[in-house]
Amino acid sequence: MGVNESLQRGRAAVRGKPFLFLAGVAGLVLLADLLARLAGVEVPITAERSFGGSLSALRFGGLVWNGIVVGLIFGLAGIGLSMTYSILNFANFSHGDLVTTGAFTGWGAALLIAGWGGSSAGHLLSVRAGSGAGPNAIGASVVQSPLAILVGVIVAAVATVLVTVAADRIVYKPMRDRGGIPLLIASIGVALALRYSIQFVYGARNRGVTATEGVGVPFYGVSIDLHEITLVIVAVGLMLGTHFLLQRTKLGKAMRAMADNKDLALVTGIPTERVVTATWVLGGALAGVSGYLYVLERGTIEFNLGWFLLLFIFAAVILGGIGSIYGAIAGGLVIGLVHEVSLIWISSDFNAAAAFVIMILVLLYRPEGLFGGVTTA
Amino acid sequence: MSAATDAGGDPAADGGDPAEGEEPATVTDAVVGALQESDLRIVGATMLAMYLLFLVLTVASEGIGPRTVNALVSTWVRLTFLFAAYSTLALALNLHWGYTGLFNIGVAGFMAMGVYGMALLSTSPDAVSGMGLGLPLPIGVVGGMTLAAVVGLLAALPALRLRADYLAIVTLGLSEIIRLTLNSATLSSWTVSTFGFGTGGGSGLDLPDTPTDALFAAGGPLDMTFPLVQTSVVRRAAWVVVMAVFVLLVYWLLRRVGNSPFGRVLKAIREDELVAQSLGKDTRWFKIKVFMLGCALMGLGGILWQGSQGFVSPNSFRPIVTFYVFVAVIVGGSGSNTGSIVGSILFVGLLFEGPRTIGSILGNALELGGSPGTFPAAVAPLGSLDPMPLLAYAVGNISAFRFILLGVVLVLLMQHRPEGVLGHRTETAAAVDLHRSGSGGETDE
Repeated sequence: MGVNESLQRGRAAVRGKPFLFLAGVAGLVLLADLLARLAGVEVPITAERSFGGSLSALRFGGLVWNGIVVGLIFGLAGIGLSMTYSILNFANFSHGDLVTTGAFTGWGAALLIAGWGGSSAGHLLSVRAGSGAGPNAIGASVVQSPLAILVGVIVAAVATVLVTVAADRIVYKPMRDRGGIPLLIASIGVALALRYSIQFVYGARNRGVTATEGVGVPFYGVSIDLHEITLVIVAVGLMLGTHFLLQRTKLGKAMRAMADNKDLALVTGIPTERVVTATWVLGGALAGVSGYLYVLERGTIEFNLGWFLLLFIFAAVILGGIGSIYGAIAGGLVIGLVHEVSLIWISSDFNAAAAFVIMILVLLYRPEGLFGGVTTA
Repeated sequence: MSAATDAGGDPAADGGDPAEGEEPATVTDAVVGALQESDLRIVGATMLAMYLLFLVLTVASEGIGPRTVNALVSTWVRLTFLFAAYSTLALALNLHWGYTGLFNIGVAGFMAMGVYGMALLSTSPDAVSGMGLGLPLPIGVVGGMTLAAVVGLLAALPALRLRADYLAIVTLGLSEIIRLTLNSATLSSWTVSTFGFGTGGGSGLDLPDTPTDALFAAGGPLDMTFPLVQTSVVRRAAWVVVMAVFVLLVYWLLRRVGNSPFGRVLKAIREDELVAQSLGKDTRWFKIKVFMLGCALMGLGGILWQGSQGFVSPNSFRPIVTFYVFVAVIVGGSGSNTGSIVGSILFVGLLFEGPRTIGSILGNALELGGSPGTFPAAVAPLGSLDPMPLLAYAVGNISAFRFILLGVVLVLLMQHRPEGVLGHRTETAAAVDLHRSGSGGETDE
């Protein structure tokens, strides 16, 4: 953090201002358009394009809800990525595959309990790798087997923690003092090894997992998906838990100190290695649970799932400012909302690209994140 | 070859840069030291080793018979094709990362820009899928490279201010945006109605024939049957020769760039950007120029590789392609052009094609019978001490092993030999080349 760097950043901010201005104008236009659409006002501009239009509040509400659901997944997974990024100083490209690890191990356990006796244990534990009982026959849903879903959450967390800590011991620990780039490259190696180990064990097929019977519940004219409700409750609960862990416990204080200033933390007598392990444990557990919950929401599972999420998680973390868990959560929600609400204007071919564009713009014009670079927790 | 396998588990090779003139500490170092005398010899020896390896593998899988020659030549042509493709891309990436320290992991996106730029200009307007302007191929190739360079410029203008890990995320995001855009059905039809050319969206894009194909057309000079090998193999080989020429051209170009005053500034930026700035070099402008040049070469690599197969779809440009090229550069050692080529050869031979060939040989040789469909079905017989189903399953899923191997190699290289198999060969940023007199012009950039 030299004078030069802050000078450069200042200059960059000045240079970036015209673009920020443009982005602000574009945002206002979109907002006005959205309001016009909701009000049902349409002002034709050209033959094909018009300002405003019609958009039912129901569809808009549905998109916002979807955005929040997906955003919570991004945010939950992002907490771990953000913490390892700030404490260990490298972008962990294997984080997405930790998400996948949690999804498969957790659902293996959940299916085993939900479908106990009805199908072979191998079929259930491998999350329906081959042909056999279908998802509705197994009946893994909050309605039919809440206990199985709960156990799945715990197994997802524990199994992912084991994988994460093993990866740290084997791969990252011997290279602790290397720069960010060698660690980044090593994490790409871990990502590949992990992803294809999962493919080897669980197979490459994309398949359904959750039972759908009785999950959609009518509620004042809208259908509410109990799985999404479960996701929101568990995710928010875990986020609150993380908040209290970081703010109220000694371990949390040590983690924040490490993220803030590693040397100072060392001098103060904080056992840095133990804090690093705790970071991996926390980050891994949250990543695993987020993968499990993601499958709960979308109903299908495949070995590429976490890798496809990785860029979104990065986007969330960058948007909120690396190192800040609240930033990661808020960034996740923003990216989730952009991903879903942008469907009003653009086709579903581009909504993922829109989220990435937001990430790139933030990296370029506000690399410290939307919330002003609070690097502590 | 031995260097690659030794390097992984060799703890003595761990640690910082070995000092100049130090006694070779390990066998690996001694072997490498002896080989380092001539870059050409290293490349030649590596290629020869790979050809021999695949000679053995092909004979092992095909047996000796009348069709062996064709199978062998076909294998060698495929190998050389991949050598050349990865070498071009690795050289371009090395210009970014090895020379200038720009951590670009959007290689696949820039390749896609090159190929699609070429195709939109040169594919005939009445192609089955997609639509181009039907211009002559050289215009298409130059246009594709220019498009890749322009996209590189757009990315570079703001992004080069960023820290290396941010640049990595931006370029990865950009390459995904490019792929998703090319995949889009909306854009495909919109471009046709607006510009008169179309990307074909997810169903892909037909590409013009390679120029060498004209030699084999009816009435062409090579329109005949060849003894022992099929015409399709010779046809492929002719294109591979063209690619090899391009690799040499790129290599020559990068050597010129590297030894020029321009290249010295690049190396200075890699070593310490602040110092380069203090010496009055506008490092940002240098970085933009080199980023554009590298992107254009990545576009060229894409055209030579994916652009030569008659058809292309956005799925050919997944981020994994970028990681392949990265592994090639890392294996060879970033910062060295020769290393990039050697790394590409080793990557293709040992990590990419090797495991697959060995897997199919094992599958045939062991007569494993039907592979169980799932992992539980493969593991269950272990209870009754029958490992064969697991083995059959493993051989049947050898492609997964290939990726696991890739990941493990990447980790081991980063842990034990981050400077690559050829050792520390990063070219110095010194103004005067100590090995040669009077190299490089003295004109300032």
